[in-house]
Amino acid sequence: MDILQNFDFLLQGLKEFSWQHAVMWLIGGLLIFLAVRFDMEPTLLLPMGFGTILVNIPLSGAITQLIEGKEREGALSTLFDAGIANELFPLILFIGIGAMIDFGPLLSNPKLMIFGAAAQFGIFFTLFVASFFFPHIQEAASIGVIGAADGPTAIVVANGLLGPKNEITGAIMVAAYSYMALVPIIQPPVIKLLTTKKERLIRMPYSPKSVSKLTKILFPIVITAIAGIVAPESVSLVGFLMFGNLIRECGVLNSLSDTAQNVLANLITIFLGITIACRMTAAEFLRPRTLLILGLGLFAFIFDTAFGVVFAKFINIFLPKGKKINPMIGAAGISAFPMSGRVVHKMGLKEDPQNFLLMHSIGVNVSGQIASVIAGGLILGYFDPIA
Amino acid sequence: MMLLKSFLGIDIYTQNMSESLKFLIVGMLGIFAVIGIIILVTMLINKVFSGKK
Repeated sequence: MDILQNFDFLLQGLKEFSWQHAVMWLIGGLLIFLAVRFDMEPTLLLPMGFGTILVNIPLSGAITQLIEGKEREGALSTLFDAGIANELFPLILFIGIGAMIDFGPLLSNPKLMIFGAAAQFGIFFTLFVASFFFPHIQEAASIGVIGAADGPTAIVVANGLLGPKNEITGAIMVAAYSYMALVPIIQPPVIKLLTTKKERLIRMPYSPKSVSKLTKILFPIVITAIAGIVAPESVSLVGFLMFGNLIRECGVLNSLSDTAQNVLANLITIFLGITIACRMTAAEFLRPRTLLILGLGLFAFIFDTAFGVVFAKFINIFLPKGKKINPMIGAAGISAFPMSGRVVHKMGLKEDPQNFLLMHSIGVNVSGQIASVIAGGLILGYFDPIA
Repeated sequence: MMLLKSFLGIDIYTQNMSESLKFLIVGMLGIFAVIGIIILVTMLINKVFSGKK
């Protein structure tokens, strides 16, 4: 028996294992399954899923643990403090995203940007609804931003208003990234519910106006200046996004642009995905509040989509026949780029194989990226951080 | 802190209702205003620099 007691240390993990750990393993497994089986945002869901399993192994060395009164630092906790608590990872990722975006379709028809603005309604409406369920309005505001369908913006706003170690920050981050992956599932039913067959068949011929290289260079600079003056708190978000775009459009930094779009974006995505899982420990995640946050996040998403479509239908009232807008493109005003634009385009093709909405929907989609960042900045500027 | 407990036992807070409703209106007007300015400036840039490389 004395000999067997020498092997007690091998059973420590097993002794600490609980049903909550098992549930989190299942959740992690589900995220991995969705990524691999259905190709749903695998760059995000797979690292998040695996990270969830890592941090929910009892006494996991991947996160900082208090063992017998002593703090043992874990690698994921170190990465979290180094890159998410200070918003560095999401901001650097924005450089890569900015370098990937071609604002050409939007610049040839800037009026499409109005749909990007309309599709942010879900954020503000969810903030209002969430304020009934959370005592602090900063919590409601951070939850509302899930509707932006923009992980970096959600992280920056939640960190800014609540602090990185707030107990709901983890659920907010997970919801934001998970719903981005679920765009092809969430948006189509909402769009179909709010549009008629006739409306979905509206064709929008694409006749691009030429956009000069100088315009493409000036655009990111001008956007940063305008957004920064109106919402100074959004300068880091808008600035990093537009910096990435400027690298792309200037024409003299092709290698940097290539690096930003590929190596940098992939590197940061790896770290971001697995590090967010730091906040998916069973103790933090398996609480009724988490379900409420996930539910409100979905609510925000749905209302973003719905208001974008409804706004497009409203605009159509004033447009002459032959110049109507296909209201489905309003749904692309959320920030899930380019997924949402592609979803709308595919829906259009399904209704009419000759109806090519891609350039319009992508134009609206990139405007949603800009609008969501500005919305995040407005929220940060309006509300004081939680005391 | 104004707290109502519904019959379902969910805590309902009403103290932020007016501020959040105000921000709903202010926020939407604000985002439309900012995007409106960006649209106008973009159209101006397009007009001034169109066709120039």
